[in-house]
Amino acid sequence: MAVAAQVLRSEWTKIKSVRSTVWTLGLAVVVTVALGALISALSKNEFEKLSAEDRIDFDPTFTSFAGTGLGQLAMIVFGVLVVSNEYSTGMIRTSLAAVPQRGTFLFSKITVATLLALAVGMITSFVAFFVGQAMLGEHKASLGDPGVLRAVIGGGLYMTLITVFSMGVATMLRSPMLSLGILMPFFFLVSSILGNVSATKKVGQYLPDQAGHKVMQVVTVDDDTPYGPWGGFTIMVLWVVAALIGAYALLKKRDA
Amino acid sequence: MIELQGLTKRYGDKLAVDGLTCTVRPGIVTGFLGPNGAGKSTTMRMMLDLDNPTAGTVLIDGKHYRQLRDPLRAVGALLDAKAMHGGRSAYNHLLCLAQSNGIPDSRVREVLDTVGLTSVARKRSKGFSLGMGQRLGIAGALLGDPRILMFDEPVNGLDPEGIHWIRNLMKNLAAQGRTVFVSSHLMSEMALTADHLVVIGQGRLLADTSMADFIARNSRSYVRLRSPEHERLLDVLAGAGVTPVTTVDGTLEVDGTDAARLGELAARHQIVLHELSPQQASLEEAFMQLTAGSVEYHAHSSPGPDPAPGRPVPAAGQGPGDPPPGAGWGADRRKKGS
Repeated sequence: MAVAAQVLRSEWTKIKSVRSTVWTLGLAVVVTVALGALISALSKNEFEKLSAEDRIDFDPTFTSFAGTGLGQLAMIVFGVLVVSNEYSTGMIRTSLAAVPQRGTFLFSKITVATLLALAVGMITSFVAFFVGQAMLGEHKASLGDPGVLRAVIGGGLYMTLITVFSMGVATMLRSPMLSLGILMPFFFLVSSILGNVSATKKVGQYLPDQAGHKVMQVVTVDDDTPYGPWGGFTIMVLWVVAALIGAYALLKKRDA
Repeated sequence: MIELQGLTKRYGDKLAVDGLTCTVRPGIVTGFLGPNGAGKSTTMRMMLDLDNPTAGTVLIDGKHYRQLRDPLRAVGALLDAKAMHGGRSAYNHLLCLAQSNGIPDSRVREVLDTVGLTSVARKRSKGFSLGMGQRLGIAGALLGDPRILMFDEPVNGLDPEGIHWIRNLMKNLAAQGRTVFVSSHLMSEMALTADHLVVIGQGRLLADTSMADFIARNSRSYVRLRSPEHERLLDVLAGAGVTPVTTVDGTLEVDGTDAARLGELAARHQIVLHELSPQQASLEEAFMQLTAGSVEYHAHSSPGPDPAPGRPVPAAGQGPGDPPPGAGWGADRRKKGS
């Protein structure tokens, strides 16, 4: 696949030669880590006031990931911009004239952005964990505790998958404003409401981010979700695969 | 060589390109001419497999575009000067294109030098003028040293020096035996560069002819005469079997008789002439007549009636005070990116 190697190199050049890459990914790291540290520090101070029940429920690992909800928005912007910048600038016609094999084009672009998101997601997750645990003091968890390493790696994978999902959606919608206008409020508000309100929880817990959160949790007392950490992760993967199939099918037949 | 076979594109119930069949040959500049909205850009996008034809095919040296390995090495195209990410430097824009087609990095510097953008290679292209963007797009087309080049309205936004440069570039590329296909809505521009013409209107092929043929067939030559002794001149001409046409401002136009004979005729009868000038109707007018029935967007701002199609063209547009030929075409430009 000499052609694929060429296109991967080209996409790598594209992604590293625009400023939005550094801005969005940098923001994702900073926001996730800083907010996680802040919430962890507050949790430590408030720990004495918690009820006995809440103390058993307390999940120090997941607490240090409290910044993920906001930090993931920066990853979404990254994913959306990687794809939709091609459309908003008109670059897509130049790109597809250079690489008319649209599947090769799309999946090379997504591969490069995914690997970058994975690297950034893992760094974010580990840094957020260690900083958060440092803030928690005596209530902290350690990587050796059961399920903790899985949750930290899961945090990195979660950030990666949310980015890939955004790329799939952006490929289908093309417009950056439309993609962001749907994805940002959905993942910041709508999904957590649907996933936590009892009336909609049965359906809401199958939404990509709600299912994906499961892999980042360690302490799960009183939990009636019908899937485990990797089960939730698999549900999220299925969402991502569906988005990519939709993206490929549309790009394949559409006029550029 | 590019072959279009029954190429058709339909948007809803509107036919943008209607059964276009023609061949673009190597070694010459082929002008692709048509008013705005005639389907030129749609045709060019289909040639690059960006848009899917409703019917028909395009073959590039016998192959479909999508079958080309490293297409930039076979076909270089400038479609839209702004088809690039403004946040990327000129160098990186070309570099990512080069890499995708296995073109060596050193070639990027060469083409930047060719188009004269070396000094701004590291600048982000969003700060570029339209002309600089156009040059960068041309650099992208030249990148793979392709045998076929396509330019969509390449002189748009270029200054006179740039226009001169691109004309020479296209002629040189053709002289090297390459296939050069260039679209324009300006006949005057084509007359200076193209050896062959493909004219379309409302998606249909109106003419596929050599430039020399087109000029011979479509340019009406006549002699303009002006005299204070108007009536006497008319009589003399009638006596010599010449039937002039009197225009609104009182000048006479004579077809099919050369200026020398008319001058001698006047001298023999001692008629004072204020003007005796051979005239050639502009190609722009011939083009406008050819496409008159197929113009999608008429400008209605110009005073006076439009020249009716099929009639000999009045001499308007030749005088120094008149708008340059083609001004009406420019007036409605931007209505639709054609």
